[in-house]
Amino acid sequence: PPAHSRSDWIGPPDKHSNLRPVIFYVPPEESPLERRLREARQEAQACDQRFWARHNCTFRQEKEEFIYSRLKAKGVEMRDETGQKATLNAEEMADFYKDFLSKNFRKHMQYNRDWYKRNFTITFLMGQVALVRALRWLRWKKKNV
Amino acid sequence: GLFVWHLKNTGIRQIPCQFVHLCHVANNRLITFQYFNFLKRMYVTQYNKDLSQRAKPKSDSVASPFRELQQFDQEKKVIHKIRPISPVHQPLSETSSRNELREMKSAAETEDSVTPVRAESKDDRQWKEMKLRLDDLPGILARLSKIKLTALVVSTASAGFAMAPVPFDLTCFLLASLGTGLASCAANSINQFFEVPFDSNMNRTKNRPLVRGQISPLLAVCFAASCGVPGIALLTLGVNPLTGALGAFNIFLYTCCYTPMKRMSIANTWVGAVVGAIPPIMGWTAATGSLDAGALLLGGILYSWQFPHFNALSWGLREDYSRGGYCMMSVTHPGLCRRVALRHCLALIGLSAVAPVLDITTWTFPIVSLPINLYISYLGFQFYRDADRSSSRKLFFCSLWHLPMLLLVMFTCKKSFLEKEDKGDLLGGNHGRAMEITLP
Repeated sequence: PPAHSRSDWIGPPDKHSNLRPVIFYVPPEESPLERRLREARQEAQACDQRFWARHNCTFRQEKEEFIYSRLKAKGVEMRDETGQKATLNAEEMADFYKDFLSKNFRKHMQYNRDWYKRNFTITFLMGQVALVRALRWLRWKKKNV
Repeated sequence: GLFVWHLKNTGIRQIPCQFVHLCHVANNRLITFQYFNFLKRMYVTQYNKDLSQRAKPKSDSVASPFRELQQFDQEKKVIHKIRPISPVHQPLSETSSRNELREMKSAAETEDSVTPVRAESKDDRQWKEMKLRLDDLPGILARLSKIKLTALVVSTASAGFAMAPVPFDLTCFLLASLGTGLASCAANSINQFFEVPFDSNMNRTKNRPLVRGQISPLLAVCFAASCGVPGIALLTLGVNPLTGALGAFNIFLYTCCYTPMKRMSIANTWVGAVVGAIPPIMGWTAATGSLDAGALLLGGILYSWQFPHFNALSWGLREDYSRGGYCMMSVTHPGLCRRVALRHCLALIGLSAVAPVLDITTWTFPIVSLPINLYISYLGFQFYRDADRSSSRKLFFCSLWHLPMLLLVMFTCKKSFLEKEDKGDLLGGNHGRAMEITLP
């Protein structure tokens, strides 16, 4: 993002986590409340990024392993004559999906709780910041009038 | 043209309707015909588009059900494609009832078709300033509130209103529709607010406004509040308190029960089906002010319909659900998924037969609707037996036209209010069956 910009910038989705990273603008006259908000957002972003990157990579890896083991059991090569990767159809993959979901259930429950908590906190802080800014603006207006 | 079509229709079915009744029906339909015509076309076309996309064999279940149509020219282009399709698609009901809040989540949303995705992905790879531009705001809010799904929800509520055995009151109808629409916008916005990281990870939903940072979560919540509060107030004060209460309850059910439950237990599907069943009940209570058996029947029909619709759809999304951590029957209990879909297809037959017993429609309704109900049950049975992608797709597409047709037939077979007044004197017993919660 350009140096003179006074707003946050959001980027393309991350390759592993599919989340979009945000670069936060730090205003020179940032109040403690605003700093708390920014730090909360940065921390949330980091947590989410860590979780999803790891989760998605695990998924991909386990999927590969599953396909490999199933193909081996069937006696099929990983790649056929044209060099294309052999895949299993949806019905065969269904077992994997079911398994993966139940294995990660606990992990998701924990993440859900954290996500909801973080989401509410950040939104509440945003509300506070917006309110403070609005009051400040009103006071400034009154002073000027 | 509309009137002529209706006459032709009734000619085939030989429903003995009075001329007055026909005029009444035609008038009602005119109000919503154009609009729903448009919506249904859009809806059906996007589905057909998706059908052609998924013809590719090896693609890794990037099965994306439908989301909002983003480009109007896309729709126009595709509309040409479906014209050659049989006139089965033509009978458009004013209900186009794929409106349930749930179905939007999964099905009703048209997917980002390939071309817009390619155009957007170039855009996507750039860094964007997180500054809200006022001219972008309407589009952003439309996507936040899932406006097309909201429109379909409102249509379902209108169907409930239309089926109520009272004289048609335009003001009440408009207020109820507006209130329902606002409530739906609020609920959808909160749903998106809760699901940002999960939406980012699923193909179908990764272009939502909050995911892309086009709007801040605070603004999303404020928007939801500014839609929800006036919406429910409008329903409570402008229509009647019962409808308002149902609307508020539905918002609560959708945002605080269904949305979190999606990640906790497969029971979310049943809750979501209730969410979808409530709008027609709201329409009915808006018209009559009381919760009769008729309202519950209409709700029941929509409730049952959700299952073949959603279960068939979710069959193709198993990978995304699994990775995203969503607990859906199609992933964890595939046998149950198919059984439930079939069970509810059959339930639709039963419910259609109950309608004349409750004096909502004439006996022609179960007879005329039997073919379509049997057909969807047949597809449900095929899905149950084969459990593969093609049978799930067939069932899903059938559910898309099945519901509007069913509601349309129901409306044409609606028992005339005048008839009922006469009958009421003779069959006073019928009213005893209705659960009347009348309000002062």
